[in-house]
Parts: sequence; C-alpha cells; structure tokens
Amino acid sequence: MGDLSLEQMSQEYFDILKELGNIGAGNATTALAQMLQCKVDMSVPQVNLLEFKELGAAMGGEEQIMAGIYLGVEGDITGSIMFLLEKTSAKHLVGKLMGMASEGEEFSEMEFSALKEVGNIITGAYLNSLSTLTNLVIYPSIPDLTVDMAGAILSVPAIEFGALGDRILLIQTQFFDEISIDGYFILIPDLDSYGRILSALGMAG
Amino acid sequence: MGEMIKVGMADLNVCVSPDGITTLGLGSCVGIALRDPVTKIGGLAHVMLPDSTAIRNNSNIPKFADTGIEELVKKVVAKGANRTRLVAKIAGGAQMFAFQSKSDMVRVGERNVEATKKKLAEMKIPILAEDTGDSYGRTVIFYPENGDFIIRAVGKPEKVI
Repeated sequence: MGDLSLEQMSQEYFDILKELGNIGAGNATTALAQMLQCKVDMSVPQVNLLEFKELGAAMGGEEQIMAGIYLGVEGDITGSIMFLLEKTSAKHLVGKLMGMASEGEEFSEMEFSALKEVGNIITGAYLNSLSTLTNLVIYPSIPDLTVDMAGAILSVPAIEFGALGDRILLIQTQFFDEISIDGYFILIPDLDSYGRILSALGMAG
Repeated sequence: MGEMIKVGMADLNVCVSPDGITTLGLGSCVGIALRDPVTKIGGLAHVMLPDSTAIRNNSNIPKFADTGIEELVKKVVAKGANRTRLVAKIAGGAQMFAFQSKSDMVRVGERNVEATKKKLAEMKIPILAEDTGDSYGRTVIFYPENGDFIIRAVGKPEKVI
C-alpha cells in the first residue's frame, strides 16, 4: 500500500472522497446549527486536488488571515485533520456562540477557546461521518488553534501531504446563517490509512 | 521601481535588480534568498521539506531544502551571478501548531532551517542574516539591488534584515 499516492488516485476513489466530503460537511453543518441554535444552510462542497502553489489563491490569497484548527487522528487510521475559516467569519461565529459581538482585531482568551470548541465540534462531526461510513474507529486528539496568514497555516498540511505527493485535497464548504462563511477541510491520512479507507469502503486497495 | 516576482510554495525563481522577489505566508517552510552583490542578481526559493533523500516521491526539486538550494544556485548562476560571490538570507521555519501529529513531522520547521543551513554551508554560501523559528507566519520580500530582505508578520512591525 506504500505505493499509493494522490497522483495515482483513480476517478472512482476521488468521487468517494468527494462524497465523504459532502456527508462530512453536512454533518458539520448540523452540528454548527445545534451549537448556534439557529438554522444554518450549506452549499454543495467543492472538492479539489490542488497543487501547493494554488492553495493560497483558493482561500483568497496566501496573506488572507485565517483561523486554523488542527487535530491529530488516531485509531484504525492515523493522520490529521484541519478546518480553516476566514478571520471575520471566525469572529462572527464566536460572537454568536458567546451571545455578544466580538470587539477589536484580536481574539480574547475566551474567544480563542470558544473558537477551539467550534473547530472541535465541526471536525468531530466530520470525522464521525467518516467513521460511520467506513466502520473504522477514529479518535480525534485535542485541537490546536492558530490565527495567521493562510499560507503559513497551510504549510502544515502541505508538508504532511508533501511526503505523499505534490498536491493536496481541499474540501471547501460554504455555510450560511446571517452571513456566508467559507470553511475548508483538509483531511490528511497517513499513507497506510488511505489503503484502509479504501478497503473499508469495499474498494480494492 | 521594477516588478515584483512571486514565488509559490515549493517553488523558486531568479530576480535581477531593480525587480524584487517575494513569497507570501511562509509557515514551517523556509524562504532562501540568494544574491550576488556585484551583478545584483538574486533568487528566492520556498522549500517545504528538509531532505529529498528521505522521501521516495522526490521529483519536485524546489520542494526540498537540499535539491531546491542546488537548483536555485544553478539558476542564478545561469542568469549571470558569480557562484563564489553568492550570499544568503533565510527566513521561516516556524512551528505553527504546538501539536503536530506525526513524530517525524515534529519540529519540521526547525529541521527545514537546519537542512537549509547545512546545504548552504556545504556549498560555502555564507548566511548574512536570518529570521527563523518561533510560531508565526512570515511574508518575505527580497531586493537584489541592495540585499534588503523585508519580513512581514501579522500584528508585528515590519523588519528588514
């Protein structure tokens, strides 16, 4: 299974990942709605296999300030997952969650941990659907959060993907409550875990 | 003022004064700027991983510190820079998250910086200045005209090294 790389990924596998992205993002939207106690809509997620240099542009530029939530994944598969959203969207979400408008440019300590929780719930919902579909046991680790330039945050998953190939799988979802929020998922299974996901879905690895 | 050349992630390019060259949002990656002070020819590489020999899928030359630096030197020399006059400035190699999932990915920023320094030392290219490590992203702009390496980070004053 060590020979598998994203470059050689078949259309069929790509479609499956797309569908996983769809279902995962759907679950994440439901979780978000429950957390905010309001109606949240979602657009059909876009799944793209991008070259590293295209990554930043896909998020509105490498210098776009984003909040990135990053978790390790253990269990039957290992790897990590990242959820990114634009800083103003993050401020909006946190404000709603805490029941008051977030002031200033920076996140307070309280807002920071609220945002971590948002990321935790969203990525948790996403991983849950993956786990249900594949029947694989997946445990997320404690999330870590950073607010910085998109390019800098993305260097972390890019480096992990860098060991696999020259492209990265990006799942882009748009949520709407009062404003539209662009969220991005990046799932980074270890090389062996790709095979395990494939077999669990009944595809020959 | 000349033009601004953009270098992406796992990418490199050369630059001749009065043009400038930039790469945006360096995280754990390292930006390596080279310059020949006489011809004012320079270049910039944005490398992601320390060692091309540690990975089987290593055909993407600018992705790795070892092969990327070699390639950048080749390119600036081809453009007319003198190999023996080359000097370097480096930036990046941050640890963006306290946690990093895989053990070999731990401290990848630091390892990128180490690999960069090792390769430059091997090629006898002196490092004039660096702004590396820590936990924040950096945008860098390099001017081969005077060798200024400008570093921008979120919520921090701009600095020139």
